[in-house]
Amino acid sequence: MTVTTAPAPTGTERLPLAKAINAGLRRALATDDRVMLMGEDIGRLGGVFRVTDGLQAEFGTQRVVDSPLAESGILGTAIGLAMAGYRPVVEIQFDGFVFPAFDQITTQLAKLRYRSKGLLEVPVVIRIPYGGNIGAIEHHSESPEALFAHTAGLRIVTPATSADAYAMIQQSIASPDPVIFLEPKSRYWDKGEVDLSGSGVDLGPDGWRSLHHARIVRPGADLTIAAYGPTVATALAAAQVAQQEGHDVEVVDLRSISPIDVDTLVESVERTTRLVVAHEAPMFFGPGAEIAAAVTERCFHHLEAPVLRVGGFHTPYPAAAVETEYLPSLDRILDAVDRALAY
Amino acid sequence: MSRTETPVAPTASTELTWPDPCETAGTVRLVAPDGTRLAQEALELSGHGLYAAASARVTPQELRAMYRDMALTRAFDREATSLQRQGELGLWPECRGQEAAQIGSAHALRERDHVFPSYREHGVAHVRGLPLHELLHLFRGTQHGGWDPTAHGFHLYTLVIGSHTLHATGYAMGVQRDGDVGTGTDRDRAVVAYFGDGATAQGDVNEALVFAATTNAPVVFFCQNNQWAISAPTTVQTTVPLVERGTGFGVPSVRVDGNDVLAVRAVTEAALERARAGGGPTFIEAVTYRMGAHTTSDDPTRYRERAEEEAWARRDPIERLAALLRAEGHADADFFAAVEADAAELTAGVRAYCRALTPPPASSMFEHVYADRHPLVEQESAWFQRYEAGFAAGDADADRAVAAR
Ligand SMILES: Cc1ncc(C[n+]2csc(CCOP(=O)(O)OP(=O)(O)O)c2C)c(N)n1
Repeated sequence: MTVTTAPAPTGTERLPLAKAINAGLRRALATDDRVMLMGEDIGRLGGVFRVTDGLQAEFGTQRVVDSPLAESGILGTAIGLAMAGYRPVVEIQFDGFVFPAFDQITTQLAKLRYRSKGLLEVPVVIRIPYGGNIGAIEHHSESPEALFAHTAGLRIVTPATSADAYAMIQQSIASPDPVIFLEPKSRYWDKGEVDLSGSGVDLGPDGWRSLHHARIVRPGADLTIAAYGPTVATALAAAQVAQQEGHDVEVVDLRSISPIDVDTLVESVERTTRLVVAHEAPMFFGPGAEIAAAVTERCFHHLEAPVLRVGGFHTPYPAAAVETEYLPSLDRILDAVDRALAY
Repeated sequence: MSRTETPVAPTASTELTWPDPCETAGTVRLVAPDGTRLAQEALELSGHGLYAAASARVTPQELRAMYRDMALTRAFDREATSLQRQGELGLWPECRGQEAAQIGSAHALRERDHVFPSYREHGVAHVRGLPLHELLHLFRGTQHGGWDPTAHGFHLYTLVIGSHTLHATGYAMGVQRDGDVGTGTDRDRAVVAYFGDGATAQGDVNEALVFAATTNAPVVFFCQNNQWAISAPTTVQTTVPLVERGTGFGVPSVRVDGNDVLAVRAVTEAALERARAGGGPTFIEAVTYRMGAHTTSDDPTRYRERAEEEAWARRDPIERLAALLRAEGHADADFFAAVEADAAELTAGVRAYCRALTPPPASSMFEHVYADRHPLVEQESAWFQRYEAGFAAGDADADRAVAAR
């Protein structure tokens, strides 16, 4: 690592989630010359969501690279660059456009360490704005995490707050493993406190240890809601409504989808005895199914109700006019809370 | 390696005018930017005599029709853009500046030909007979499609860049297997895939060229090089003229002034005829310019110069054809006034149609996922209907959550 001479930003600021990622990327670029960003329109435009805004002007076109319009190319070359000792952080413009790169990610990126018996390192970070609720047209609102989680060799994480976004992007870049960094695009503009003086690499905000630890963001005694990314805020809102009705709901932000911090969930469910899992991805073969199985295996005797899931249906992500009915809304989460409490 | 190496080059150019990329030798141009036809002898010399001869046969009536189509497309496009600004559409990809490329190529099509568009081919849709307002469903977010792809041989818009060039090639392989090429009758047909300069970098587009070349499929690859893929200039995708991409795959290729509707029409017609006759694929690079933003969410001031936009505005395809029509005495003030009136009528209809487009029932999201019974979808759909009914019936539990927001 090269120590930067540029003054590191200090102090705490209230930043939108997108700006917090920007700050994390800036810090990673400044502290390690091997870090480079690649992607479509990330340079002068700053990306379609402006997450990389200003970084090319600051670090130059060799560090912040506007790629050709070719996702398989972006991922494939990132793999090669990583083998050559660089730490590429690639941006996929929208969730639905990661699939041209699916082959490179699942057949190559995920398996090179394994195949080389640990001799090759491919520390590529893939940033993907994901999820719906922004009124977009098709392919701009999907949650493909389960498709990647089914592949061994990839870490999949997603921040729900600005502080986590800032810390986790740096932890992801520092990780020796390939990381899929899912950015909840509907929360890009939500603001939160970020301590810019910490790098976030060794210690996340509030002492959060590593990239794959879940966090209890709201303690409660009656039921646990497990959520991640864009759904954490919805789960918190649901917990607040439930509170008014006398139910003390705990909310766990998973932060990582591969691996899943089952220990934290088990610890929570042993106390609350009920679990609702909420996510935007389709429920069928989705992360909620894995969580329900894992928790049930370990907490069978503690559970007062079956683990319930709230998520997308087995349909393509629908047209924007009906997306709120597809998504795990406050009402749908509360409906599941009611059902679980009724057992 | 130092962090400060290679700073971003300032965009500002000291050039006052942008060079015209269509002035390069080899680019087919029949009408100059001022609306005068180029001399036949010069065109013969550059090998474009046949195109000139073909376009000399285009009747004044068709010239007027092409003008009308271009003007209506622009008016529609402008209306859709302002509908987006008023919050009636989620997003709109403008086609302003590309009308000659779209109308010229579409005029070369026959009814039985098939078009595989990307998402900006509003002018082609119009020429194919698709009522333009049908394009709005997708961008208002009420449907993912909105029109019958087979009714006008105009397939659904494709948002994943380049995917549809393979579909076009496959469709053309089907046409070939059906024996609908090389019969010398009306039965012969061809397929066109429209895509941008950015798309040429995608693996799918390159694979489509491989399949088309090796199967001799009756497909025309129509690349509208509008100079930009969002913020990336064509130089991010290629270091050679795009037209050379086709050649490298063994697909005969032509570069045409995409703002010259006559040249585009002639070049596309020749390519389609070759395809229909069994001659195989052609790659066309139509050099044009996206005069507006990439979409209504884009901000081109971040990456391109005003002077560039102004230089291209002087090559406006619609004004070029208007000048030609006037100079050759094919159209008078009444004609232009009539087109304007038609455009006003069209846009008023589009506006009313758009505003009247209501969201479909939420339960429609479970329709058409499968053709055959699928118990999971049925279960979820039934659950959803019970859940919705809970609200409708004034279910206290459900209402309370709504009230709490
Ligand atoms: C596979 C894929 N990657 C990224 C995008 C996002 N995107 C939409 S349009 C666009 C630029 C397309 O440029 P070009 O092919 O030149 O066509 P144009 O929009 O200029 O007509 C990009 C990057 C996408 N739609 N599909």
